[in-house]
Amino acid sequence: MTNTPGRPFPSRIAGAFARARAQGRKTLVLYLTGCDPDFDTSRRLLLAAAQAGADVLELGVPWSDPSADGPAIQAAMRRALAAGGGMAKALDLCRTVRAANPEIPVVLFGYANPIFVRGTAKFAAQAKQAGADGVLCVDWPPDEDPELAQTLAQHALDLVPLIAPTSTPERVKAIAAVAGGFLYYVSLTGITGSQLPNLDETSARVRQVRELSGGRLPVAVGFGIATPADARAVAGFADGVVVGSAAVRVIERAVAAGRDPVPALEAFVSDLRAAMG
Amino acid sequence: MSIVPQSHGRFGPYGGRYVSETLMPALEELADAWEHFSFDPTFRAELDRLLREYVGRPTPLTEAARLAEHVAKTQGRRLRVFLKREDLCHTGSHKLNNCVGQILLAQRLGKQRIIAETGAGQHGVATATVAALFGLPCEIYMGAVDVERQSLNVFRMHLLGAKVHPVKDGTATLKDAMNEAMRDWVTNVGTTHYVLGTVAGPHPYPTMVGELQSVIGREARAQIQAATGRLPDACLACVGGGSNAMGLFRGFIDDPGVRLYGVEAAGEGIDTKHHAATLGKGRPGVLHGARSYVLCDDDGQIDEAHSISAGLDYPGVGPEHSYLRDSGRAQYLSATDQEALAACRLLARCEGIIPALESAHAVAGLPRVAEQLSDGASVIINISGRGDKDMGTIAKHFGAEVSS
Repeated sequence: MTNTPGRPFPSRIAGAFARARAQGRKTLVLYLTGCDPDFDTSRRLLLAAAQAGADVLELGVPWSDPSADGPAIQAAMRRALAAGGGMAKALDLCRTVRAANPEIPVVLFGYANPIFVRGTAKFAAQAKQAGADGVLCVDWPPDEDPELAQTLAQHALDLVPLIAPTSTPERVKAIAAVAGGFLYYVSLTGITGSQLPNLDETSARVRQVRELSGGRLPVAVGFGIATPADARAVAGFADGVVVGSAAVRVIERAVAAGRDPVPALEAFVSDLRAAMG
Repeated sequence: MSIVPQSHGRFGPYGGRYVSETLMPALEELADAWEHFSFDPTFRAELDRLLREYVGRPTPLTEAARLAEHVAKTQGRRLRVFLKREDLCHTGSHKLNNCVGQILLAQRLGKQRIIAETGAGQHGVATATVAALFGLPCEIYMGAVDVERQSLNVFRMHLLGAKVHPVKDGTATLKDAMNEAMRDWVTNVGTTHYVLGTVAGPHPYPTMVGELQSVIGREARAQIQAATGRLPDACLACVGGGSNAMGLFRGFIDDPGVRLYGVEAAGEGIDTKHHAATLGKGRPGVLHGARSYVLCDDDGQIDEAHSISAGLDYPGVGPEHSYLRDSGRAQYLSATDQEALAACRLLARCEGIIPALESAHAVAGLPRVAEQLSDGASVIINISGRGDKDMGTIAKHFGAEVSS
């Protein structure tokens, strides 16, 4: 197991990947939009997902202009914003989840403007204080502007980066050098919730990303993984599997039918977990 | 050497590339291509030919004597007022200057499909026009609200063979159209060129669009020197994303004696929630791929902008304008919906020129600029587009007066 540089102890995220590996299984990373459909249900959903077998939680920070997200997560963000969600509430949510579950790694997943407007230093301090372990900022490439990566490192938070099918070898190396926790490989050139592409290519790219990053961090694959069968297929070659839009749709359907979404999400996560072996 | 510090697409602290990783390599490729071709003599020659023979450049600089007389009567200030006539470009606005340049670049990059966002529809029409000229399939993203208020431009785009996607997300205006265009581009980045229409967005767009629009300022500089024997005292242009303003400013930015004024849309008033005065009332943030001023709340959620003119109805602004604002090189005023409507009528009746509602904001800024000038001063106002597209909106506001 590898530590994030400059960190005396492995992070919760590194710990989760190491534990899964020791148990001979792959890591399940689950994305949910914070405050979808409301603060309290969202808190119960996050805790239930961890209980049902998610190894890492990505807590989506709602934003008004999610230009990298597909229809499912756009709709989730609209619902969350209507319920008063946003960065401030996402940090509160993280704090309540941490209080109830001291073990589960939490990555705050969002866009640059809410971080920028707060100020990176204030944001990092608040995220750390709320019990977050890492940050994934979709539209803040770490090589373009090192401020976020540097500030997160000062607060012992992992910067989880996206790596895309279009990323050049030079970019993969530069991004991996400042990353912590895991590398998030985007399976397709597109938005969240798109159709999963041919996995032979994805598998070859994951191998290449491991080589280019010197195997320092585990590689999780996301975008387009919708079913337990998809998760099983991707678990065949990646260290971790990220499921987002499909989980958000499970919640959307239950809420639309007037049901509590928690049992439906629990069942979905258990199915993913079981399929991944 | 310009007074604006530029390096890697940064204008001081503003600009940059804040996009998802998938787009970074495409933006690097585009920046390299632009750097190469913008100095390539064959490319320049082809661009100049298109600007001359297709766009209809140079556009005239028209002296507006009766408008100047109006200022003299109402404010006691004797100015010489000149209008840079981008309304006389093919398709009716300055937008085509940028589109011809970008389509030539797309062609050299081997892209087979063109997409664009549009607010008022002027940029959508200009993009659909060059796509038709070059025989490339074209898809335009336009907010559903704007599709409604600019239906004439939607029909023009259809006639030109483009597909128009109404965007119902968010506020269903320009910013949402940009989000949807970015989603398309991230999905089809290998085959598609995104013709961004203003000096906003990630590097290299602000630099590239600014350079392509700088033809406005170069021409205006030569024309006013021919007309008055000297440089103007002030330049005035409307600012939404800011491309027509940047195009004019580029001609004079290194001449400290030329005052530069941008006019933002104050909508129902900058102290209401219904305006688009990003530089006047916003704060530094990150939107659509660049650091720049944005209208947003303390949580970082982007505010809904409002303006009677769809082309100015945008809660962001180009990063170079943010730099010029902070440095004080340019000053940014604002004009309300009502002031823009009045200015539109004033220019129509004084000069026989019906400006686009966007450009009418620039005209509406003239009284405040006049206050800061002395007798004998000369001013260039950029008439970025013609008003035909706005007849429906204007008729609604002036009601019976227009229909009678």
